[in-house]
Amino acid sequence: MKVSFNLNGKPASIATDDPEMPLLYALRDDLGMHGPRFGCGLGQCGACTVHVDGKAVRSCSMPVSAVAGKRIVTLEGLGTPAKPHPLQQAFIDEQAVQCGYCINGMIMQAAAFLQTTRNPTEAQIRAALAENLCRCGTHLRIVRAVKRASEKMA
Amino acid sequence: MTIAIRGRSTNESRRTFLKTGGALVVSFAIVDAGAVAPPTAAKTVAADQVDGFLAIDARGHVTVFSGKVDLGTGVETAMAQIAADELSVPLDRVSVIQGDTALTPDQGVTFGSLSIQNGGMQIRQAAATARDALVSQVAAGQGVAKETLSVKDGVVMPKSGGKGWTYAELVGGRDFQLKLDPKAPLKDPKDYAIVGKSIARFDIPEKVTGRFTYMQDFKLKGMIHARVIRPRAMKATLLAWNDFVARKIPGYIGCIRKGNFLAALGRSEWAAIKASRTVETTWSEWRGLPDKAKLWDYIRAVKVNKDEELQKVGDSAEGMKAPNAKLVSASYDFAIHTHGSIGPSCAVAEYKDEKLTIWTASQATHLLRKQVANMLGMKPEDVRCVYIEGSGCYGRNGHEDAAADAALLARETGLPVRVQWMREDEHGWDPKGPPTLYDYRGAVGGNGTVHAWESQAFLPDRPKDIAVTLLPAELAGLPRDEAHPGNIQGSLAIPYVFANVKATAHWLAETPFRPSWIRTPGRMQNTFANESFVDELAAAAGIDPLEFRLRNLNDPRGVELLQRLAKLAGWSPRGAAGRQSGDVLRGRGLSYVKYELVRTYVGVVADVEVDPKTGQVAVRKFYVAHDCGQIINPDGLRNQIEGNVVQTTSRTLLEDLQFDRSTVTSVDWKTYPILKFPDVPEVAIELIDRPTEKPWGAGEPTAAVVPSAIANAIFDATGVRLRSVPFTPGKVQASLEKT
Repeated sequence: MKVSFNLNGKPASIATDDPEMPLLYALRDDLGMHGPRFGCGLGQCGACTVHVDGKAVRSCSMPVSAVAGKRIVTLEGLGTPAKPHPLQQAFIDEQAVQCGYCINGMIMQAAAFLQTTRNPTEAQIRAALAENLCRCGTHLRIVRAVKRASEKMA
Repeated sequence: MTIAIRGRSTNESRRTFLKTGGALVVSFAIVDAGAVAPPTAAKTVAADQVDGFLAIDARGHVTVFSGKVDLGTGVETAMAQIAADELSVPLDRVSVIQGDTALTPDQGVTFGSLSIQNGGMQIRQAAATARDALVSQVAAGQGVAKETLSVKDGVVMPKSGGKGWTYAELVGGRDFQLKLDPKAPLKDPKDYAIVGKSIARFDIPEKVTGRFTYMQDFKLKGMIHARVIRPRAMKATLLAWNDFVARKIPGYIGCIRKGNFLAALGRSEWAAIKASRTVETTWSEWRGLPDKAKLWDYIRAVKVNKDEELQKVGDSAEGMKAPNAKLVSASYDFAIHTHGSIGPSCAVAEYKDEKLTIWTASQATHLLRKQVANMLGMKPEDVRCVYIEGSGCYGRNGHEDAAADAALLARETGLPVRVQWMREDEHGWDPKGPPTLYDYRGAVGGNGTVHAWESQAFLPDRPKDIAVTLLPAELAGLPRDEAHPGNIQGSLAIPYVFANVKATAHWLAETPFRPSWIRTPGRMQNTFANESFVDELAAAAGIDPLEFRLRNLNDPRGVELLQRLAKLAGWSPRGAAGRQSGDVLRGRGLSYVKYELVRTYVGVVADVEVDPKTGQVAVRKFYVAHDCGQIINPDGLRNQIEGNVVQTTSRTLLEDLQFDRSTVTSVDWKTYPILKFPDVPEVAIELIDRPTEKPWGAGEPTAAVVPSAIANAIFDATGVRLRSVPFTPGKVQASLEKT
């Protein structure tokens, strides 16, 4: 079957024999995306987070057929090294990365969160990212980066 | 504030070097898909040659070849800073290639907080040798004294001014052909302009915009995908298997079986995953793991291969008899931990013309090469391991095993193979931080004089080589190395000046899982026990824990560190106030280490809150004073310290690998929880920079003092000692009920 959707502002489609294949594999293997990452495949860590119609979802646990006709944004679609999204710039400014493997999820989750919560407190940011795991222990910088971006975006 | 170097890109650096060469012909390019050519020209990887570490191309661009790799710690940027400063070239003209057995010298495994301390200093010395040689070359050519010349921005010029000679003109595109001179003069530390600055990390812009190529992103043309089907019980025998159902999956290629090693192959990743889940297997029963509920009884019963005295001062048995001394004894234990990298291990391997190339996130490409060659009966020189950064690695996790999986399958199939471990592979099968157990006895006088100190550590033995068995070698019955968990006896010896000390390691003949070094291996556990017991002695003597430590230290650097820590934390003497009561009990604890007694000094204060009803411990804040000598990149150092605190708080409060008699049952983040954002403590840091001293490691030392600081803070809050990591609510509650 063919599944078509909008990816980072452009039409995209993939052919698959399995409508149940998680969106993550379509994005990474068929469409060459590097932003969304495989972390657990269980929806527990958040490394695979993308936006589907503006909402942060775990692409490892969403069947590709469920996104037909929808609007998907990945970390690459948020901004570029030359023209980063305010959140991406804030992560650079705060050097809020160690290995960076979880950072896709942190930025995508935070971007969706900041759409609905304009001037979050630190506690609100921590709560919003509670289901995104980081193993290197970069949490404090990540919180500072989200706070910084929220101030820029306000 | 960090300083950004514009217009650079990690992936781009490697591509640029490989296109333009130093003195080197193009070997291969990191691309998502494309042909891979074997090396066509030999570059020396000799660690006693400048060419081993450095190349300057015709444009004057410097490439550093680092055997130590960036595991998410920022050492790529730090290495570039060190080399650029020593060579006197702008930082944007330096790039770093890491951990490629065909290109980089063997600088040892990236472990033990040694990347800057050892690896960086070799690179600094190579750069100093190169600089000195280039200046000498101009001096000889011009018939002037070396002292009349200086170097700025990669140009050797007379100090009096006038025309200069660029590095590009002097050596660009050619080899140095120069032995590394261990005595080549280093720059005066006061002249360092790049070292000591918070240079923004090179890799971050690509990482936050999805442009970075992690190991997990690497692809080769014609690559197939594999998933390994693991035994039901860790040492079970594969009795039967069939893939009748899998054969209906489009893209399924087949299975490869070697002994107990079984892998499903697919043309697509999803086909390989689905197939691996539908292959039916029958395994023998195996119940060889110890009973988790009686783990410490098991450890006590394990045969001791030998005892080793790690520290001996005076006569501790005699000291125990000191009159009017209080005798204190305590036992401590530290749970089995998994690395828990967020991205499960991944590798790609290609076997062609009897040569094997492995792309891997291994911290130990040179060691891996030997181990894989041994496993496959190949010559090490026919195996090339190329490092590509993966998910954070805090010691030997599953990367090497995944690389060996891929190597075995590439040779069996003749096709490029990508092996991506699933979450349950990583949690279930990575080598583990082994369980450790301690017995302590001490005698302390009322004035705080420690008359005797005895520690005994039960640690898994260290066979002859530093290696951990490759998992596929074990499963497939192929030749394998013996296991070794690293130098886990470090830091059992103590920094305090006590009259009588005896520290003993009992080397155990076995341990339940393949042992590995996980961040601060052994040193974290040993320091937990040491610094908890110091606190117990201080309490027995009725002396403030800070005061107690200061009285027993004669190391000015250590004393200064503790004094600065006390100021940072606003320390006030403990134990004076009565015990608290109420819904939340607050306390603070102190801990100190001079890492392995020979390097980095760290002291921390932890502020905790304990809910006596639930036994829940919340760590609110850590104060850290840190002295690792010369600081290369202050912001990078802070990042490491914060990471050490947060990760180790997680290990201390939550982490305890679960298993039954057959296998690991902590197989995901629900069954092996780690610290989440709402529970992460604040961290305040005081860096003590000593620009004229040697730079020491910082990737591990802070982690060493975190568990004991939390334990001591819980005691301060509740009067109860937590002697068994992790401090779960159940254990805390049980301890509170006992008092």
